[in-house]
Amino acid sequence: MTGSTTAPAASNASDGVFAAVEPDEVLLEVENLHTRFSSPRGTVHAVRGVSFDLRRGRTLGVVGESGSGKSVLSRSIMGLMPSNASRTGSVRFAGQDVLDISPKRMRTLWGDQMSMIFQDPMTALNPVVRVGKQITESLHEHLDISRTVANETALELLRSVGIPQPDRRLRQYPHEMSGGMRQRVMIAIALACGPRMLFADEPTTALDVTVQAQILDLLQALQRDRQMSMILVTHDLGVVAGRAHDIAVMYAGQIVEKAPAKELFGRVRHPYTQALLRSIPKLEMAKHTRLEAIDGRPPDLVNLPQGCKFAPRCPYAQDRCRTEEPVLQPDGDNTEHLVACHFPVSGSVAVPQPTSATNRATN
Amino acid sequence: MAGTGTAHLRDRDRVLLRVEDLVVEFPASRGQKVHAVSNISLDVLKGETLGLVGESGCGKSTTGKAILQLPPPTSGTVTFEGTDITTLGGRDLRQVRTKLQMIFQDPISSLNPRRKVEQLVAEGLDIWGKGTKDERQKKVDDLLVTVGLDPTVARGRRAHQFSGGQCQRISIARAVATEPALIVCDEPVSALDVSVQAQILNLLEDMKEQYGLTLIFIAHDLAVVKNISDRVAVMYLGRLCEVGDPDVLYQAPAHPYTAALLSAIPVPDPAVRPDERTTLGGEIPSPLSPPSGCRFRTRCPRADEQCKQEVPEMHGIGADHFVACHHPLAPGETLVDLRTS
Ligand SMILES: Nc1ncnc2c1ncn2[C@@H]1O[C@H](COP(=O)(O)OP(=O)(O)OP(=O)(O)O)[C@@H](O)[C@H]1O
Ligand SMILES: Nc1ncnc2c1ncn2[C@@H]1O[C@H](COP(=O)(O)OP(=O)(O)OP(=O)(O)O)[C@@H](O)[C@H]1O
Ligand code: SF4
Ligand SMILES: [Mg+2]
Ligand SMILES: [Mg+2]
Repeated sequence: MTGSTTAPAASNASDGVFAAVEPDEVLLEVENLHTRFSSPRGTVHAVRGVSFDLRRGRTLGVVGESGSGKSVLSRSIMGLMPSNASRTGSVRFAGQDVLDISPKRMRTLWGDQMSMIFQDPMTALNPVVRVGKQITESLHEHLDISRTVANETALELLRSVGIPQPDRRLRQYPHEMSGGMRQRVMIAIALACGPRMLFADEPTTALDVTVQAQILDLLQALQRDRQMSMILVTHDLGVVAGRAHDIAVMYAGQIVEKAPAKELFGRVRHPYTQALLRSIPKLEMAKHTRLEAIDGRPPDLVNLPQGCKFAPRCPYAQDRCRTEEPVLQPDGDNTEHLVACHFPVSGSVAVPQPTSATNRATN
Repeated sequence: MAGTGTAHLRDRDRVLLRVEDLVVEFPASRGQKVHAVSNISLDVLKGETLGLVGESGCGKSTTGKAILQLPPPTSGTVTFEGTDITTLGGRDLRQVRTKLQMIFQDPISSLNPRRKVEQLVAEGLDIWGKGTKDERQKKVDDLLVTVGLDPTVARGRRAHQFSGGQCQRISIARAVATEPALIVCDEPVSALDVSVQAQILNLLEDMKEQYGLTLIFIAHDLAVVKNISDRVAVMYLGRLCEVGDPDVLYQAPAHPYTAALLSAIPVPDPAVRPDERTTLGGEIPSPLSPPSGCRFRTRCPRADEQCKQEVPEMHGIGADHFVACHHPLAPGETLVDLRTS
């Protein structure tokens, strides 16, 4: 699909602050990150104490339902925050704090160190500027290179993301391209300066399945070639299943379960993850198989219930769940598998019986 | 399909709806035409759910709307309960339309924001003046309960005060109110989270049972369509590719496009390595100038000269399994390498 990519290797260590990080060493460290928005209704607590490490060359899949905080988490790390937001905790990138640095300083890292691909390539691209110009501009901004070299690089970038006739495409406007082509352009722009960390926020949600598969294959190949770290945000568990090394499941602003992909799907521990997996219709199910829906809906982030935030919908909830909030911790001596639940479920050992007395909200 | 033909249609007397040779074209700039739906034939038995799948722009919604005469098709017939409704107008058409309802993808914007839930649900009843005011009120309450909403809470509120899933419940109550014979559901769960999606799919199955409904269920998610359908029709660029029982069609897809579509679906199972599966190259051609012959041929690894020259006709390949392809896959056969570009 894509040969080796010849985008300029950004001089990552040039400013002397960001140390080189070898493959498989920790690139990103997030600790107890909280993000709050002030709103007329009160404080929206969108990210609540998220912690994780991401090593170089690894992909973390972040899944969860709409409103669970996936996008806010990525944006909080990138420092792409509206004025009504406040963040606490710590975010370290290549050993360097990036939470408390000035917005101006943060902006110099965008593109160069961290980059983001958004869900909707139509709104993210400038509709009145030719695609070629949008790419060369980003190159100019970050790498000190001549117009001719920038142009050649742009051509090479489009080729590397599998765009046929790249010279013709450079002269086109975004609306003259299909959704799949625009998303390839977005990827080319995001990768132009050789970032070490890529955030892909629902990069294929707006695309058809056959095109989605092409784009995900492409992202995976690029990520492998460049040993980039990637956070792949999606609401589709299928998208991350075969493509992320680790998966974090979010619910109401928190990571409720995190594990290597195989481990997570093979030994689901959190009742929410289990419920999510069970509610998805699968191809191998016979027609008219009754789906196991999750009753109720997620809590209001302005008025969060006490205890476990999933308790009102959880079939296994006990009194303790409604008063004491479980923390994300290793599942027994399995340090790779983290779960935030007082009564984790288990596929093999006796499954706790769903209690009938749960206060189930009707959705 | 990218093909035509009627081999998959069933006995005229047995079906509730029969669509033959449906064509919908839209005018485009420079005298061009959008070939949105080209010679599609379909039928639905009473009580059956027909699933219509395909990628964006293949003409699913246009087909659904043309069946309801919104607007009437460019050509072709739509026979409902024995009458070709493309020839009806005025009062006769309005009368038929109460028996044909539609539910849309975007639950919130498809409900009038100025009307209260009880008005939304009662709309069809009011138009036809069915029953007394009290009877209608009672009926609305019953419907709200059936779709899982508390009438005392929901009745007086407006749509924007509800979540997407709740709005879709209101849409369903509203569609069912006039006791229609057929409901076209156009991507009713595509905008919803998976957990809410499961609630709505289960609700539709319950409503079908309770009211003896017949459904045409449009979606791009093959697993969703399989779950709810008795029969599935796969569309590509305005034409039908393959029709059949979902348990058979998904297990042994015969059309190369169906096979490609099935292999492109991300499966929530890390044991299935996406990079070991086959990916279809290229993109869907423009409906302004669709390819000659088989419309799928520009992306099909099996395409040859015949595919370029002749539109494939729908033909039977097994019990309730039909395909429009010159070189269909045999059962068990896979597309070895779909990477064409
Ligand atoms: N600028 C803001 N002001 C107030 N609340 C906000 C703001 N941005 C996001 N939120 C709230 O934060 C919560 C998390 O939103 P976020 O966009 O991260 O969800 P998500 O998991 O990405 O959902 P989706 O799958 O729909 O994209 C939501 O309740 C949202 O309404
Ligand atoms: N009113 C219209 N005028 C012109 N072209 C139209 C019109 N409505 C639909 N089309 C075109 O007809 C084709 C079929 O569209 P349709 O909406 O039926 O597709 P669809 O299968 O429902 O797609 P989606 O999955 O995106 O909803 C598309 O190319 C579309 O752009
Ligand atoms: S083999 Fe020919 S007829 Fe069959 S799908 Fe491919 S191009 Fe179409
Ligand atoms: Mg989001
Ligand atoms: Mg549509």
